[in-house]
Amino acid sequence: MSEMRGLYTLWLREIKRFLRDRTRLISSFIQPLLWLVIFGAGFGTRFLIPGLNYQQYIFPGIIGQTLLFTSMFMGISVIWDKEFGFMKEILVSPVSRFTLFLGKMLGDSTDALIQGVIVFAFGTLLGVAFDPIIFIICLPIMLLVTFGLVSIGLTIASAMGSLESFGAIQTFINLPMFFLSGALFPVSGAGIPEWLRVASIFNPLTYGVDALRTVILGSAWIPIQPLYINLGVVCVFDLVMIGVGTWTFSRMK
Amino acid sequence: MFFQKNLKSFFLSFAPRQNMPPVIETNRLTKTYNSLKAVDDLNIKVESGEIFGLLGPNGAGKTTAISMLCTILKPTYGTAMVNGFDIVREANKVRKSIGIVFQDPSIDDRLTGRENLYMHANLYGVPASEQKDRINRVLKLVELEDRANDLLRTYSGGMRRRLELGRGLIHYPKVLFLDEPTVGLDPQTRDHIWKYIKELKKAHDITVVLTTHYMDEADRLSDRIAIMDHGKIVVLDSPPKLKETLEGDVIVVRANNIDFLKQVVNTSLSQNQTQIVDGALEITVRNGKAVMPRIMELATQNKIYVESLLLREPNLEDVFLHYTGRTIRQDTTKELHGMAAIQRRAIR
Repeated sequence: MSEMRGLYTLWLREIKRFLRDRTRLISSFIQPLLWLVIFGAGFGTRFLIPGLNYQQYIFPGIIGQTLLFTSMFMGISVIWDKEFGFMKEILVSPVSRFTLFLGKMLGDSTDALIQGVIVFAFGTLLGVAFDPIIFIICLPIMLLVTFGLVSIGLTIASAMGSLESFGAIQTFINLPMFFLSGALFPVSGAGIPEWLRVASIFNPLTYGVDALRTVILGSAWIPIQPLYINLGVVCVFDLVMIGVGTWTFSRMK
Repeated sequence: MFFQKNLKSFFLSFAPRQNMPPVIETNRLTKTYNSLKAVDDLNIKVESGEIFGLLGPNGAGKTTAISMLCTILKPTYGTAMVNGFDIVREANKVRKSIGIVFQDPSIDDRLTGRENLYMHANLYGVPASEQKDRINRVLKLVELEDRANDLLRTYSGGMRRRLELGRGLIHYPKVLFLDEPTVGLDPQTRDHIWKYIKELKKAHDITVVLTTHYMDEADRLSDRIAIMDHGKIVVLDSPPKLKETLEGDVIVVRANNIDFLKQVVNTSLSQNQTQIVDGALEITVRNGKAVMPRIMELATQNKIYVESLLLREPNLEDVFLHYTGRTIRQDTTKELHGMAAIQRRAIR
């Protein structure tokens, strides 16, 4: 019972901090907008999938990208907490390390989900087909995708000592994961180099993006994997990362 | 004072306890970092209801010692019982029964004072039905009621400290650990906090363990002081008794050739201890009044010009000097690292 209350309070804290940081909230949806509008419009002229325009194609990918970047960025809260000393208050509390990690992870995931929902709204403005039912189905998928990604961010941040090293590692992970996920171009099929296809298989985000695309684009999109396999892979990835994250948290001082 | 009245009413809520075994008992508590023994074979007992001071220079092992008692650090060897729980095997139970105020700030400055307190109450499993009441009382106690709903970032350094002290009490701890409670605070705020800590003990039998490198702080607050140096307890007693052990007075001499004077005094006077502190010669002797003329005489004989000569009671500084051969002031500059440092500088 007291663990649940601890979980709730840690979750609530992340939400409050996030919603109070207006600049971060605003600046964070500029980037997906640029991808969708400028990159989408410019690149789309060269893109050939029958029945789909390029902006429709990348829309689920950009949602995936938003979740990825936001989630990874959330790790920074661990660095701040360490630098400003608040982490000590949490670490000496009687709450278990698992609850600690889970509370922070769920809070950050909720924040990332809010970003994802904002991008979803943009899609509608850009004329990407929007259906309330699709939106509702996408919510749990988006949440599942963020769990693992936030856990990566938190794990790295709790192992890193400083903001600089976290920033460096973050870029090093963000971009390959983004490029190899099929967010901007298909990662399977004719003409795709073998090494790229193989690399994308080992990228958990590939399955998240493919799942979102399957739901959002419907029959216009031929999935790489069936939905249940995509979601299965994402769930396994989440569980592994939550385990790894809890372990790094329990070693943190 | 208004403040004290608040305290009394607050602490009436604590159930009185009978005579109890030591609240803290360490058993060969040791922490080593590579070859460095930060805490070396520590054996202390802290009695219920006392204010126990750990005094020593920076790097003496005070913070390491209380970090182990607070279960933040695992001992390399040995263990300790806190409130009847083993710090290694029953860390979670220890955590529930203690309150901690860290040396560096540890509050969330993006939350309000009240939100910080609610968060703490939830983390320590305070029943939801009692939270509002306890938090209001704590806010009243530390006189922050009117600022409770402001973000922490708008608080002054002293206000943050007060909130941290209040926060440490929300879950009704039996022991409160204070790590350098007044570092970086102005004299007025320090005084305020000292008064407050003393009242804690007086109002009810909360036990306080504090570390400090300020002599005046240790002297004014502690019922007993353990002087720590190089990871070991050098001496442990009440402040008056510690001073009594020096058996005498301190004569402070300022002169033009201080090193020579020291030499002269050492060879001519028996049973004394001499030390040069801040360019003055301090001589600890049994009967200061009788020895003072003798020192003037010695100086004149050796053509040393005495600028001033005074007699004073020994203080904790002398006690420290007596037992460690060093003055604590030589290394009192506090180093803070990371953002906490920037933040604290900003507070100042």
